[in-house]
Amino acid sequence: MLKIKNLKASIEDKEILKGINLEIKPGEVHAIMGPNGSGKSTFANVIAGREEYEMTDGSIELDGEEISELDPEERAHRGVFLSFQYPVEIPGVSVTNFMKTAINETRKAQGKDEMPAKDMLKLIREKSELLEIDRKFLSRSLNEGFSGGEKKRNEIFQMAMLEPKLSILDETDSGLDIDALRIVANGVNKLKSKDNATVVITHYQRLLDYIVPDYVHVLYKGRIVKSGGKELAHELEERGYDWIKEEVDA
Amino acid sequence: MSFKDNIISSFIALESQVDTDSYVHGLRSDALKQFETVGIPQRKDEAYKYTSLKSLFNKDYSLFPKTDSHIEYRDIKKYLMHEIDTYKVIFVDGVYNSQLSQTTHDKYDICLMSSALSKDKYAPVIENHYNKIAGNDSLTSLNTAFAREGAYIHVGKNVAVRKPIEIVYFSTGNENAAMMQPRNLVVVGENSQVQIIERHQSLSSNSVLTNVVTEIYADQRAMVDYYKIQNDNVEASLIDHTSVEQQSNSEVRLHTFSFGGSITRNNLYFYQKGEHCNSLLNGVTILEGKQHVDHSTLVHHTQPNCESYQEYKQIFDDRSVGVFNGKVYVDKIAQKINAFQQNNNILISDKATINAKPQLEIFADDVRCSHGCTIGQLDEDAMFYMQSRGIGKKEARALLMFAFANSVLESVKIPEVKSRITKIIALKLGVEIGLEL
Repeated sequence: MLKIKNLKASIEDKEILKGINLEIKPGEVHAIMGPNGSGKSTFANVIAGREEYEMTDGSIELDGEEISELDPEERAHRGVFLSFQYPVEIPGVSVTNFMKTAINETRKAQGKDEMPAKDMLKLIREKSELLEIDRKFLSRSLNEGFSGGEKKRNEIFQMAMLEPKLSILDETDSGLDIDALRIVANGVNKLKSKDNATVVITHYQRLLDYIVPDYVHVLYKGRIVKSGGKELAHELEERGYDWIKEEVDA
Repeated sequence: MSFKDNIISSFIALESQVDTDSYVHGLRSDALKQFETVGIPQRKDEAYKYTSLKSLFNKDYSLFPKTDSHIEYRDIKKYLMHEIDTYKVIFVDGVYNSQLSQTTHDKYDICLMSSALSKDKYAPVIENHYNKIAGNDSLTSLNTAFAREGAYIHVGKNVAVRKPIEIVYFSTGNENAAMMQPRNLVVVGENSQVQIIERHQSLSSNSVLTNVVTEIYADQRAMVDYYKIQNDNVEASLIDHTSVEQQSNSEVRLHTFSFGGSITRNNLYFYQKGEHCNSLLNGVTILEGKQHVDHSTLVHHTQPNCESYQEYKQIFDDRSVGVFNGKVYVDKIAQKINAFQQNNNILISDKATINAKPQLEIFADDVRCSHGCTIGQLDEDAMFYMQSRGIGKKEARALLMFAFANSVLESVKIPEVKSRITKIIALKLGVEIGLEL
């Protein structure tokens, strides 16, 4: 589904990603771990198409199509979804209206008609129940005054609404208490299918107890320096990142 | 012919058409003298520092456009609030159009200024109110000298006007350049209520300069809810002087939506003459190209225990220019005043300009006055966030701008006016998404 080859990217002329190779197949869950400043968030943002990050080399293929020249919305229309580490507050735009616009713009881009209001309401009801979101919450301004947990739950709610092919969860566990973590992870797990794939970016192993990865990659200094199965995450939890740093820096 | 010569010869022509012995004509002659003395406002005048009217006054305007213009309802329907039942006072090229209008003398007078100025039964209202608060700056005087037509609204005590009143001035462009001098008078009696929507619309690409004066009187406990929709084409310019006088416990809310026109100047003056008055001055401005909109507001608190609330949200693209000059005066005896002023601006392009000048003069010592002014850009993080959810750049921008202006739209009391404004904004921003939030 996703093939990344020799991906290099910089921000303001500082190279952050120094050649990443990664292949993700449908139905898989990949975790990307690594110490602070290793380039995890940059990686997520580059795939989603954030303009401030300049991709200087390499390729990103989604289902055989090179997407690195596409605008963020065009990538979204092809099924890329990024759950933000820091979801942006948008005063004056309600959650419901935001979702309606996002879904209908995506459908328009895919050559489909707008979703009938009735179906939209049904979908919103269904998905908000999945994330245990109070209905009142949906008429509030997007992320404005939301707690950390509410913001993250809202991200996964959006993911559930948009049903992406490739979901990238950037530090979705940060700022979550254990109950919120369970709800969010449960939501992500219910959305998993043999046709979609998930990339979980996290500093800690905690989230991976709930969303169990097929592969774990360690990102350090802009490169994937180690890959393994889910046991690698446990090892990192026990031993920290220093031994990897030492191995790489040696 | 210079503008001034044109004015003088046009005035002579006017005198042959009107009753020169009337009360109002006395005002006209005085006003003409005032205009001749002061002349057209210049950039060196503090009040016009950021707005040059020079380009407006170098044209050879016809002050009396041809009167044989004929327009059909279907041509102008889209400019009217056809979704709801309204009273309508409609003018075409400065002349009242009875076919398109719907006036009344039933419980209140909603009719023409020309008949109010000529009939004796209106004389007391005219003599007590006409040109009493409009002021005598040169362009107001110019209007007073030439005004013959406009909307006359007089509501007595204890009555709520049954439906909103639309005042619409169309110009057909049957002259190369026409100057209009409409004059509105709104007198609302004790404990009465009225809602008004005003619009000036050019139907051709010929130049039109409208110099309109409106006087609004709200007696004790009266409520006036007024909407100005300024979305004219780019060959049309508008100079609007609106003065409001409020007695105790009255509430006057005035919204100005500025989206169109070449040069627009809004002079909006509120005078609170009684205690417990409430004044609201709200505006949304969205400009592009070389459009220029100047809001000069004044709220004069002369009595204690009153409130005023001003909120202007403005967005400027391309080389457009905005001016916000908001004055609040609080007299020494006007204690316990709560005056709020907020002016938020977004500059979309590097070439757009906003000149913002809040001005507070407070002589009372126990008041709450606050003002805030911000100038910013669209939030890039928010743009990326929306785009990453599949919302295109143009649509994301529109949503953000609309959200920015939404607090003002929320204060619109007539739902159909709100949805009309929403549609105009969507059209202006070139998007088809539903912006209703």
